[in-house]
Amino acid sequence: MKQLGKFVIFIGQLFVRREAFQTYVKLVFEEATKVGYNSIFIVVIVSAFMGAVTTVQTAYNLISPLIADPVIALVVRDMTLIELAPTITAIVYAGKVGSNLAGELGTMRITEQIDALEVMGINATSYLVLPKIIASVIMFPLLVIVAAFVSIYGGYLTALVTGVISGTDYILGIQMDFIPFQVIFAMIKAITLGFIVAAISSYKGFFTVGGALEVGRSSTNAVTSSCIAILAADFLLAYLLAPLLTL
Amino acid sequence: MIEASNISKSFDGKQVLFDISASFQKGKTNMIIGASGTGKSVLLKCIVGLVKPEEGSVYFDKRDFTHAGKELQTEVRREMGMLFQGGALFDSSNVEQNVMFPLNVLTKMSHEEKLERVNFCLERVGLENVNKKMPSEISGGMKKRVGIARAIVNNPNYLFCDEPNSGLDPQTSILIDNLIKDITKEYDITTVIVSHDMNSVLEIGETVIFIHQGRKLWEGANDNIAGSDISELNDFVFASRVMKELKESR
Repeated sequence: MKQLGKFVIFIGQLFVRREAFQTYVKLVFEEATKVGYNSIFIVVIVSAFMGAVTTVQTAYNLISPLIADPVIALVVRDMTLIELAPTITAIVYAGKVGSNLAGELGTMRITEQIDALEVMGINATSYLVLPKIIASVIMFPLLVIVAAFVSIYGGYLTALVTGVISGTDYILGIQMDFIPFQVIFAMIKAITLGFIVAAISSYKGFFTVGGALEVGRSSTNAVTSSCIAILAADFLLAYLLAPLLTL
Repeated sequence: MIEASNISKSFDGKQVLFDISASFQKGKTNMIIGASGTGKSVLLKCIVGLVKPEEGSVYFDKRDFTHAGKELQTEVRREMGMLFQGGALFDSSNVEQNVMFPLNVLTKMSHEEKLERVNFCLERVGLENVNKKMPSEISGGMKKRVGIARAIVNNPNYLFCDEPNSGLDPQTSILIDNLIKDITKEYDITTVIVSHDMNSVLEIGETVIFIHQGRKLWEGANDNIAGSDISELNDFVFASRVMKELKESR
């Protein structure tokens, strides 16, 4: 409870004694490059295999004369949009970006760079962390869009290469019974998870105490805590939003 | 002028500062000295507001900084410059960007004006043609000088230095000490230096306070430090063989 209270105060600090708007614009662009652009490669690799595996697994589990082949692609699409693209990408993102944010802020803390900002009269929480959170909330949904596209396309290529389903059936399947709200659902998840990873990782890094060992520990804690929070938020959002998919 | 009044501080139930009062004069190099772990850095952090004391107040030219609202605290902080023990330069920025940083955030100067000021400050601390170097590419002494340039770039009224010559060779230490003293006189600012280096104390310490186990035991000018009859201070001052021999020869 003490940690939760400290976290809430930390988030509250983001919005007080802010610097000029222009200062944040530049910082957000820099952070967006770091958290978004630099994560594209790993997201594409993970998503391509995610789509491939989902296609193959679904095909082998739905072998029945009563189930039409396009259903395999429908399952791949729904799983990708509703669950895999936002959640798995968030876990990969926590491992790459979360650990990096915690390490960066932790190092700044132990080398007194954060103290230097405070002494200058700059709200270090707002100056350092707010741009990271804004960049994450903007860039993570874009990464999820890339992940969903690559995953579904990866499934298509796998279908062509392995022959578990024909290309025509796959194309037909991904258009079948499409519910546009799935995309909104994925984006709501992405915005929430983008915030969670950046906020938790920054919090862990910002309050690092000690030396190099503790910076490493903060990075590990950032990833662990982010993953737990991602899964909890995933469940909560599924519970709250899934009924809307059937409307 | 800075006045610390009855400062007490504890961490996890362990008291590290006991009712310390001191005043730091404008235009002078004021030193806080003591052995490692006696609380001098905590006192400095209480003064600059990085740590909030449980009791007591710090006054910057009669303004109660410790109990001030955020606005006044920010206003006072923008009049401060601080040199940290390790330099605390921003790793991802080069020398020029580091020194320019306070101007970028705290002023509305044009880029040309900022660059002119940065070059002036770098020149003042004896650094030229290092603008584009990263902190990882310069020596410890140069880092300290860049730290000083960054601390004075926004014309502060108060300069704080935490162990300014730790980890430096004797020659560079004297250079940094004299630079701090010269800047203090030149800009007529209140400078507070935390150190455990007796060379610095004797070289530039115009007013000195001695902290021992969280308590202020002595206050005076560096000229009088050797004549003190406080045993803890004598143990600290004459800890080295050379100083002991010097004392015995007097």
